[in-house]
Amino acid sequence: MDWLSILVTTVEAAIGLETVVYALAAIGINIQFGYAGLLNFGQAAFLGVAAYGMAVTVATFNLPFWLGIVIGLAAAVALAFLLGIPTLRLRADYLAIVTIAAAEIVRLIFRSVQFSSVFGGSDGRQGFADGFYAINPYSPGEYSIGPFGFNERVMWVLTVGWILVALCCVLVYMLMKSPWGRVLKAIREDEDAVRSLGKNVFSYKMQALVLGGVLGSLGGFIFALGQASVQPDLFSTEFTFYAYTIVILGGAARVFSPVVGAAIFWVLLVFIGNTLGEMVGNGIIPSSIMTVNQVGPVRFMLVGLGLMLLLIFRPQGIFGDKREIALDAR
Amino acid sequence: MHADQNPAGDTATDTVTDTATLTPRKAAALAAFEGLPHEPGVPKPDPILVVDNVVRRFGGLTAVNVEHVEIQRGSITALIGPNGAGKTTFFNQLTGFDTADSGTWTFNGKPMNGVPAHRVARAGMVRTFQLTKALSKLTVLENMRLGAQGQRGENFFKSLIPSLWRSQEEEITARAEELLKRFKLDAKRDDFAGSLSGGQRKLLEMARALMVGPEMVMLDEPMAGVNPALTQSLLGHVKDLREQGMTVLFVEHDMDMVRDISDWVIVMAQGAVIAEGPPATIMSDPRVIDAYLGAHHDAPLSVEEEREQLQEAEAELEVEAGVAHEESPQPSAEPADAAAKENVKERAE
Repeated sequence: MDWLSILVTTVEAAIGLETVVYALAAIGINIQFGYAGLLNFGQAAFLGVAAYGMAVTVATFNLPFWLGIVIGLAAAVALAFLLGIPTLRLRADYLAIVTIAAAEIVRLIFRSVQFSSVFGGSDGRQGFADGFYAINPYSPGEYSIGPFGFNERVMWVLTVGWILVALCCVLVYMLMKSPWGRVLKAIREDEDAVRSLGKNVFSYKMQALVLGGVLGSLGGFIFALGQASVQPDLFSTEFTFYAYTIVILGGAARVFSPVVGAAIFWVLLVFIGNTLGEMVGNGIIPSSIMTVNQVGPVRFMLVGLGLMLLLIFRPQGIFGDKREIALDAR
Repeated sequence: MHADQNPAGDTATDTVTDTATLTPRKAAALAAFEGLPHEPGVPKPDPILVVDNVVRRFGGLTAVNVEHVEIQRGSITALIGPNGAGKTTFFNQLTGFDTADSGTWTFNGKPMNGVPAHRVARAGMVRTFQLTKALSKLTVLENMRLGAQGQRGENFFKSLIPSLWRSQEEEITARAEELLKRFKLDAKRDDFAGSLSGGQRKLLEMARALMVGPEMVMLDEPMAGVNPALTQSLLGHVKDLREQGMTVLFVEHDMDMVRDISDWVIVMAQGAVIAEGPPATIMSDPRVIDAYLGAHHDAPLSVEEEREQLQEAEAELEVEAGVAHEESPQPSAEPADAAAKENVKERAE
């Protein structure tokens, strides 16, 4: 058993690219679902249109990197309006149905043969990240503390990513302390009551949808830049559900819960996956019980089991308030 | 249980003295109604709300069909009627929570048909709900603050600069605390609204509506499910609204309460306004007795009468069951039975 390599990969997962991407996506979902009560099941599409907006602008049309960022953000805002205008006046479930379908439509358009000259089909787009790495302040080399370390490219992506996560957390904290956040939380509790107090509920729900989508789209940029490529299947439905899992794991409607939730989720996945892999490889788990190929699915089973136990024994999540959950039972 | 223990004494004596010594506002309201004919749709001297030909259909059912009705400014008007008379639907039309199929209505002379609910509230017509809508996971104080209008901090961009809204927030908090004290909820200010008792939620909802600063308050069954002591306190608060110059329109089933606090009563049945009049005489109007109160409304039933009524009802049921048997071999009672069983199951869960 190579415990050191397990430890290293686990610690690196805690602050790694996936954690940043999922944290940003989950911060967006936390605004929509945790604070405003909107069931957006299409968060993957928001990351997708942003990542592709940037990648296509740079790689297909040879336009500048910064213009790509602007177009990606604009695409996320446009998607929010497109989804929100017809559904936000209706009951909450309609948004859930429309967003989950829209996310699949977006993904299938990205991978379609018809548009492969623009989006690159199932191979996606590469070679758009040069503008980002051109401004990398880290000189080439390994940056490590003891056994833990990243190269200069990963360092740069993670630096930008964690700065974005921090800024998003500050933004959410400021907003939710303000009267604006109070209206949002009230809408989650009862829309009609908020309407009867003279607030334009539709407008607030739209603002929450746009804001959550835009914060999530930052995760799309980081995802694309960190891998220096985009593929349509990165933005499939399970991405959204992992992000929801992260929000609930951390505790809905808490500022830091998406960040801590994302770190725990990836640490668990990596730790369980690598430990099982080592155990199978060293014959501690005989191949009659599990083969190397089965490690991937089994780690998800075990993480799923852990989440079930969490919801049974700590339904409010890690940061949640038990009193709030108690109110639901009344 | 602060508010529950509120001694019914002061409000009870209030009710007693109320009939003896009229407050100026009450006197003014009563004077306005003096000599008006007791007919549906009678014009009032100074109406705040004028409704014309409001119709709402749900498929083949005409839930509301009000030809003309006026609400006198500064009065307490009760809207009564049997279940299914369309009172709440009518409320929903007026407050923008549902769209009327046709009709017009004006509030303070401004046309209000087609105006969305939040604009209706901003215009000064604020409602409460039959099923109380306390915002459970907000504290009592946050519930109250939400009611205030024109908050700078409710704008997305301004909310990020606390110095822009902090002073306004303090004013709002001061006003909220004053109202909470009046409604005897000040001890609960930091509790979740979801932890309040049913009666306290009613109080909170009314207090929250007052934070909007309304000209007219529409209360949908304010006393439903409230214990008698708290009812007295709520009654006092409703009368208080008139004393502060607000107009009150409320739906209620409790005739004692209607008699006690209303200046004018409007009776609805099957979607239409069938009678209007002062509370003292409306109860003896034959149209109202037919549609709503029943012949024995002012005297408790004797044991004999109760037995008679029971027998009548049973006989009717038997006739109906017989008809159902003849019409179809499968008695229609069966699905209803299954539904009832499911209900029981749901409750058990």
